[in-house]
Amino acid sequence: MTSLANSHDCRALIEPARVHSRLYYDRGIFEQELERIWHKSWVYVGHVSEVPNRNDYVTKSIGPTPVLLVHDRTGQITLLLNKCPHRGNQLCAYREGNRSTFTCPYHSWTFSNTGELTGFAYADGYNGADKSRFSLGRVPRVAVYRGFVFGSFASDGPSLEDYLGGAKASLDQLLDNSPEGELELTAGFLQHRTKANWKFLLENETDGYHPAFVHGSVFQVTDSSIGKLYGPQSSALTRDFGNGHTEFDLRPEWRRLDKPLAWFGTTEDRLPDYAEAMKASYGAERARQIMIDGSPHTMIFPNLFIAEIQLFVLQPIAVDETIQHVTALQFKGAPAFNRRLRQQTMGSVGPAGFLLADDTEMYERNHRGALISDPEWLTLSRGLHRERRDENGYLIGHSTDEVPQRGIWRHYASLMAA
Amino acid sequence: MDQKEISTVPEPSGSRKGSLLERVEQFLFMEARLQDTHAYDEWEALWTEDAIYWVPANGATNPETQMSIIYDNRSRIGVRISQLKTGRHHTQTPRSELARIVSNVELVEQTRGEVEARANVFIFEDNLRGETLWAARNEYRLRVSDAGFMMVRKKVSLVNNHKPISTLSFLI
Repeated sequence: MTSLANSHDCRALIEPARVHSRLYYDRGIFEQELERIWHKSWVYVGHVSEVPNRNDYVTKSIGPTPVLLVHDRTGQITLLLNKCPHRGNQLCAYREGNRSTFTCPYHSWTFSNTGELTGFAYADGYNGADKSRFSLGRVPRVAVYRGFVFGSFASDGPSLEDYLGGAKASLDQLLDNSPEGELELTAGFLQHRTKANWKFLLENETDGYHPAFVHGSVFQVTDSSIGKLYGPQSSALTRDFGNGHTEFDLRPEWRRLDKPLAWFGTTEDRLPDYAEAMKASYGAERARQIMIDGSPHTMIFPNLFIAEIQLFVLQPIAVDETIQHVTALQFKGAPAFNRRLRQQTMGSVGPAGFLLADDTEMYERNHRGALISDPEWLTLSRGLHRERRDENGYLIGHSTDEVPQRGIWRHYASLMAA
Repeated sequence: MDQKEISTVPEPSGSRKGSLLERVEQFLFMEARLQDTHAYDEWEALWTEDAIYWVPANGATNPETQMSIIYDNRSRIGVRISQLKTGRHHTQTPRSELARIVSNVELVEQTRGEVEARANVFIFEDNLRGETLWAARNEYRLRVSDAGFMMVRKKVSLVNNHKPISTLSFLI
C-alpha cells in the first residue's frame, strides 16, 4: 500500500464500542476497502431469476466495478468484467439483454459469452496470434446459494457456505415463504443515490433504535403497528451472526401474537390461494409456523439486505456516494401475494418512498456530521451491558441495542487488518 | 396519439376565458405553483377519486408488474400528503426550495369531458444536500368539473429514470 494508506491504519480507529469518524470520509480508507473487502470477500451480485434463459445477461457490480452476470451459452452462470482486453473500451453498453457473443464497438473484437475471443477484425494484422491470450477478465470465483449469486475476486478463501455461516438460515427462512421454495426478482430495481459513505447504510439496515424516530411520520399517518416492534417493550432481538452478517429478529414478537401473516399486516382469509399453496407444500403445521415467523430482516455483509418484503443491494461508488438498488421480493407460486409485495414496496422504498427517503436523509446528514471534527469518535455502546449468547452461540441483544453495529465493525477490523 | 378535435370540451363555469389550450396551460401553471409552494391541501384537492399518480422507473414499464418510483391511487396520495403534513417527514424538514418551469404544452386528445395534455417540466430543487435539477416529460388527463379542471391521471417520466436518482420527496 501507499504511505497515504499506511498513515490511515484502521486498527487505531476501531474500538469495541466506538469508531472514529475518519472511517467514513477518508479516501485512503475507501481505497483500502476496495482491495480488502470488495475485492476479497464474497459479494452478492444478483439472482439467477434475473438471467433465466441461456445467453441472458444483466449488468451488475462488485463495489464500484461493473460486471456482467451471464447465463452463458453452455448454461453456466459466470461473471465477466465489462472491459475489452484490447484497449479497455466498455464492451457492453446495455443494461440487460440476450446474446451469445459480445462485440466491442471500438475495433470489433468479438467474444463468446463464455469470455473467449472468437475473432479479431482484419485478422491478418495479428499474424496468427493466439486468441486464447485475449479472453475477457472474469470474477474468479462464482457461487450460488439457493438462487443468490455471489462473486469473489479472491481466487481462494472460504467457501460461500462457510462465509454465510449463520446467515444461511436467514436465506432459508426467506425462501420458506415461497410455496415453491424459490424467489423471482422480476419487478425491476429502483436505484436511489445517496451522498453518504456506504457504511452508514450498512449499519442502519439492522439498527432497531432509529425507526420510532426516523419513521414516526409514516407510523403516525398509517395506523401502523410496526412502530411498536421497535420500542422499548418489544421482545424482538438484534443478532450478530459473525462475519459481519447481522439480523433484526422479529420472530419473538410474531410468535407471541401467534397469527399467520401478521408479519405482513394481513390474514390468511385475504390471501387464501397463498395460504392453501403453503399448506399443500409444507403441511398444515409447518405452513402455519412459516406464516407466523414471516420473512427475515437480515444484512449479509457487505451488501445484501433482506428487509422482509424487499431486497436491497448496496453499491459504494465513492467514499461519499452510495447507491441502493431495491426491488420487491417475489415468491414463486404466489401471484396474489406478489402483487401486494410490489404495491407495498413501491410505497415504502425508492427515491420517493415513505420510509427510505427519510433513511436516506439521515445517511446524508450522518455523512456531513462525520466531517465535523469534534467529537471525533462515534459511540456504539448501547446495550453493551446486556449482550448475551443465544443457543447457537451468536451474540444477541434487545431490539434497540447496537449489537449488530459492533459485530459489523469487529468483522470490518479483521478484514482491514489482514 | 392522433390530434383529435378538442373544442367540444365544455368550459368549466367560473373558469377564465380563453382557448382550451390557454385554459389547460393556466391549470398546469397553477398546479406547478401549488407544488413549488408546498400548498399540500390545495394540491390534494385537485385530484379526482379515481386518480392515478405515476412516476415510472426504468422507462415505460407496466406499473402493475414492475417497480415504479411512485404509483399512487387516491388513497395513497392522501397518505403521501398526510406524511408531509406531520412536519416529521425529515427529508422535507426543512422543505425543499423549488421553482419549476412547465413548457411545451400540447393538447393531445379529448374524450367525454376529459382532456389529455403533455408538457415538459424542468425543476430546480435546493435542499440540505445541495442543488438538484430534475427534468421530466409529463402526461396529464384532466376532467372538467364545475370548479374547473381536476386531475384524473398524472404521469411524470423523469428523463433519467433508468439511472440512480437522489431522494425525490417533494411533489413532483
